[in-house]
Amino acid sequence: MAHDAGTDTPAAASGEGVRRRDFINIAAVSAAGVGGIATLYPLISQMAPSADVLAESSTEVDISAIQPGQAIKAVFRKQPVFIRNLKPEEIKAAEEVDVTTLRDPQTLKERTKAGKENWLITMGVCTHLGCVPLGSGEGEVKGEFGGYFCPCHGSVYDTAARIRKGPAPKNLQVPDYEFTSDTVVKIG
Amino acid sequence: MIRIFSILAGLFFSAALAWSLLLGVINVSKDGLPHTVEKAFHEHPKELHLASDGFFGKFDKQQLQRGFQVYSKVCASCHAIKHVAFRDLEALGYNEAEVKAIAAAQTVAGKDPLTGAIKDRPGLASDHFPPVVYAGTGNPPDLSLITKARHGGAAYVYSLLTGYEEQPAKLLKQFPDAKTPDGLHYNPYFANLNIAMPAPLTSEGQVTYSDGTKATVDQMAKDVSAFLVWTAEPKLEKRHQTGLWWIGFLLFATVLAYMSYRNIWAEKKGH
Amino acid sequence: MSFPWAKEYKPSHPFMVWMDEKLPLPRLVYGAVGGGYEVPRNLNYMWNFGFLAGLCLVIQIVTGIVLAMHYGANTQVAFDSTEHIMRDVNWGWMLRYGHANGASAFFVVVYAHIFRGFYYGSYKAPREMIWLLGVVIFLLMMATAFMGYVLPWGQMSFWGAQVITGLFSAIPIVGDGLHTWLLGGFAPDNAALNRFFSLHFLLPFVILGVVILHVWALHIPGSSNPTGVEVKSESDTVPFFPYFVAKDGWTIGLFMIAYSAFLFFMPNALGHPDNYIPANPMQTPAHIVPEWYFWPFYAILRSFTQDFLIVPAKLMGVLAMFASILVWFFLPWLDKSPVRSAKFRPLYRRFFWVLLVDVLVLGYCGGSPAEEPYVIIAQIASIYYFLHFFVIVPIVSSIERPDPLPFSITEAVLGSDEAAALEAKA
Repeated sequence: MAHDAGTDTPAAASGEGVRRRDFINIAAVSAAGVGGIATLYPLISQMAPSADVLAESSTEVDISAIQPGQAIKAVFRKQPVFIRNLKPEEIKAAEEVDVTTLRDPQTLKERTKAGKENWLITMGVCTHLGCVPLGSGEGEVKGEFGGYFCPCHGSVYDTAARIRKGPAPKNLQVPDYEFTSDTVVKIG
Repeated sequence: MIRIFSILAGLFFSAALAWSLLLGVINVSKDGLPHTVEKAFHEHPKELHLASDGFFGKFDKQQLQRGFQVYSKVCASCHAIKHVAFRDLEALGYNEAEVKAIAAAQTVAGKDPLTGAIKDRPGLASDHFPPVVYAGTGNPPDLSLITKARHGGAAYVYSLLTGYEEQPAKLLKQFPDAKTPDGLHYNPYFANLNIAMPAPLTSEGQVTYSDGTKATVDQMAKDVSAFLVWTAEPKLEKRHQTGLWWIGFLLFATVLAYMSYRNIWAEKKGH
Repeated sequence: MSFPWAKEYKPSHPFMVWMDEKLPLPRLVYGAVGGGYEVPRNLNYMWNFGFLAGLCLVIQIVTGIVLAMHYGANTQVAFDSTEHIMRDVNWGWMLRYGHANGASAFFVVVYAHIFRGFYYGSYKAPREMIWLLGVVIFLLMMATAFMGYVLPWGQMSFWGAQVITGLFSAIPIVGDGLHTWLLGGFAPDNAALNRFFSLHFLLPFVILGVVILHVWALHIPGSSNPTGVEVKSESDTVPFFPYFVAKDGWTIGLFMIAYSAFLFFMPNALGHPDNYIPANPMQTPAHIVPEWYFWPFYAILRSFTQDFLIVPAKLMGVLAMFASILVWFFLPWLDKSPVRSAKFRPLYRRFFWVLLVDVLVLGYCGGSPAEEPYVIIAQIASIYYFLHFFVIVPIVSSIERPDPLPFSITEAVLGSDEAAALEAKA
């Protein structure tokens, strides 16, 4: 900037004068840059989840009515979540599997809370391409491993909601949750 | 040629205007300037100073909580604040548990996400204040935006709440036909002077403030006005703070840019 | 641009040389706002508003695009989605207030730009095309601003839409059909709101296109200047970069301070409270007015209260309102004075100042209730408005004796002795 200005002026006064000038011009351009970047921030930030969306980022579910062997579908962050009360034989079936043979090796204990091993809480979103697997509702197909079955591309999950067969790469995801009492679980 | 057309067109429009003007002036000279009861007796809002005024204005959270108490105890029986969510109340200084309790005390019509059925349930922090079913005739306005939806803003709300009075005898003498109709109430701060809402704040101690402030009518009117400034503009504090930083930065940058401009033009005489 | 002493773009970096061969975009920019555009050295601060208007257009397009990510163009949700932006969207309040006040800022800047043109005769040959394109931009801006004001679907939005589309029903024979067609119904509703949103999104890009033509047309004769004397020699001009980049640059700072003061500390000062009341087709507000930038034209519309000859008052008002702007298209041919700048036109200068006051009075009346004395004042002011453009400008330009002009821009800036010395050196 100052360089171009200098070409138009016959004899720049002294070396020091030129340096002071350059400094002010550079400072002014830098300030304009800072201002420009500052205005970018709200323009980018507005695309992040808004306050009403964030307010629904955790869900409390009453689980007192779920009998052993039953499951319910709840909603967490606008997506289905499966809450399943496992029967003792389902727990047993899950624990008998040799973990090392699994595609995504995890034990049932790692996927549940200590002392609450009968409560299997997972996202109802198939890890293959995002369909909702069957098996949580009364009378739905549970697949050959007694867990969940995704009809889109035939992924089969066992009673710990681990992937056993089909194209899905991972077990059904376990969201963050905690029991706020014996009958209420807070997801998220 | 074009200028002749233009002059003719100009004279045509001017003549039409002059004709309208002539008849208008005749009318005014016959009837005089309009003199209505609203022009003569409508009053501008009283002065009201709130902590949220001015460049550095911030909300007085204690006052907002008191105003919320007044709203809940008095206004909420007829007026909704549907744009406000319970979670927003944390800005008033309530903690999460208190907000949950306030929400749970209300019944909202929730949509079951699995079946789509609408059924009543206790409110959650993420819900908005529910609509208010008003039993009488008329249509009490939603109050969420009231301080932005009326000339005078909070001062108008405050003046209206404290402005009920007997219709002045002077008014009836000047405008014998303007007697306040039955079922309406005289209030010089209301646009047409006669408002359907009876005075809502009538006696000291109508609300028992949890912070021990004496609940005079004036105090309650001030507090609820302050609360309604917040419901209309919950981002006011952030707006003021951001504005101060940003304008401060702009002043600095503009001075630099001015100096740079002077530098660059230094050799060009006359500027 | 076309001056022989203008510097040519000479890329030095091999990449820029390659780029110049394939797509000479840097060359275009250099010639448009770079060292290649030679500008009269004596421009005063009234010449800064063009650049600022461009900045306003950018502000409106950028904030508008992000607002459209959150807004719902449906009468059921339009008002609530606007409040959602104000309350829940991150920085939504700033974007929305920035867009609303940005519209006002845009009009402030453009009005200053237009009146600069009136005063300094910027519309005269050889710059007629720049002026015509400018009037087109102004008309597009008015349409865009009107449709944007409808989108929040408040009371003023609804009744503004009702009244302004009602203007078209004044047209004889086809008016009512046209009105219904414009709204896609018999009153403003979903159909109208949706098409207004679509057009409100489209038109700013049309404006941008016409702005590019406006600047292109400007670069053919080059900028005018306060003396109105054409550029004669190299000493009359300085290159746009760095001189006018620096001058425009620091006034951007001033503009941003004023704009931000409104945005952050009085964001609703220029709006109307009734637009915070959701639209209600059953009840008209007591006192409906458009946004402030339409007030002068609204006052002209309302001034025709009586049928005239065979023309009904309603049609007369609509005709006059459109004529009051369309006359600007003819200005280059109505004003025959060979002298551009009002600085050297003593008679025209007086009328110019009367016009400025007249438009302010019209604006004041347009924003006031439709009752006396405002209607009478507006009628008198409207009479002057029409006389000014249609009658006074053509007549004054023929009979006026202008003051002597300076020989050159350099002489006007430096005085005749130094100018002579410089010219001798050149």
